[in-house]
Amino acid sequence: MKVVVTPDEFNAWTELQAYETTLTAQRGQWGAVSTFIGTMRNFNEGDAVNAMFLEHYPGMTEKYLQALSQTALQRWEILDTLVIHRVGHIQPSDTIVLVAAWASHRASAFEACRFLIEELKTKAPFWKKEILIEGERWVEKNTPATV
Amino acid sequence: MMTIKVKFFASLREEVERSEVDLKPQGEMTVAQVWALACQDMPLPEHILSAVNLEYVSADTAVKDGDEVAFFPPVTGG
Repeated sequence: MKVVVTPDEFNAWTELQAYETTLTAQRGQWGAVSTFIGTMRNFNEGDAVNAMFLEHYPGMTEKYLQALSQTALQRWEILDTLVIHRVGHIQPSDTIVLVAAWASHRASAFEACRFLIEELKTKAPFWKKEILIEGERWVEKNTPATV
Repeated sequence: MMTIKVKFFASLREEVERSEVDLKPQGEMTVAQVWALACQDMPLPEHILSAVNLEYVSADTAVKDGDEVAFFPPVTGG
C-alpha cells in the first residue's frame, strides 16, 4: 500500500511500473490490475481553463487516503493499492491523480479501484481553483460519477 | 485555559481572510462554539465541513485542549 501527495509533476505509467516492481512477495498472485488516471482538462463548465491550483489539508489528506486504502484492502480481495495525488500548480494535460488496485481477479480490482477514486473525490480534503483567461474561480462540485 | 488551533481552507479561507488562528477559550467547547468564537460576525455556513485532529466530525463534537479544529468547503479533488 502506498499513498503519495506531491507538488511535483509525475508520470502515471512510470509510477505504476515502478511500484509494481516492488511487489515481489505477491508476484504471480495477481491476475488483474485496475487503474484510474485523472488528468487536467483545458475546459470546464463552458470556459477555457489556463491552469489550476490544487489546495489540500496537509496531514489530513495523507491520513484520509491511508485509511481509505486500508478500508479497500479489508473490503475486497485485493493484494495491494497505490494512490498518488498532485497538489499545487497544475497545467492542462498534467496527471492529477493515479489510483490502482492489484487483485487475483478483475471484479475485486475494478470495484476497489472505483471505490478508491469515488471516495477520494467526495471526501479527501483537496480543493481545485481554476485560473481562467480572466480571473480565477473555486470549483464547487465534481462531475457526476455516472453518465 | 485551553489552546485550540483553528484552520480554514480554500474559498472559506479567502472568505474569513485568514488561514489559521489560535484561540484560548476558558472552558469546554463544541466545534460550533469554536467557529462562533473564531468568526464572531459570521454564522457557520450549512455546507461547511469540520474536522478535529485530522478526522471529520460533526459541529456538536467536544473540543479538548491542544486540539486542531479545521473548517472547509466541500472537497473537489481527483
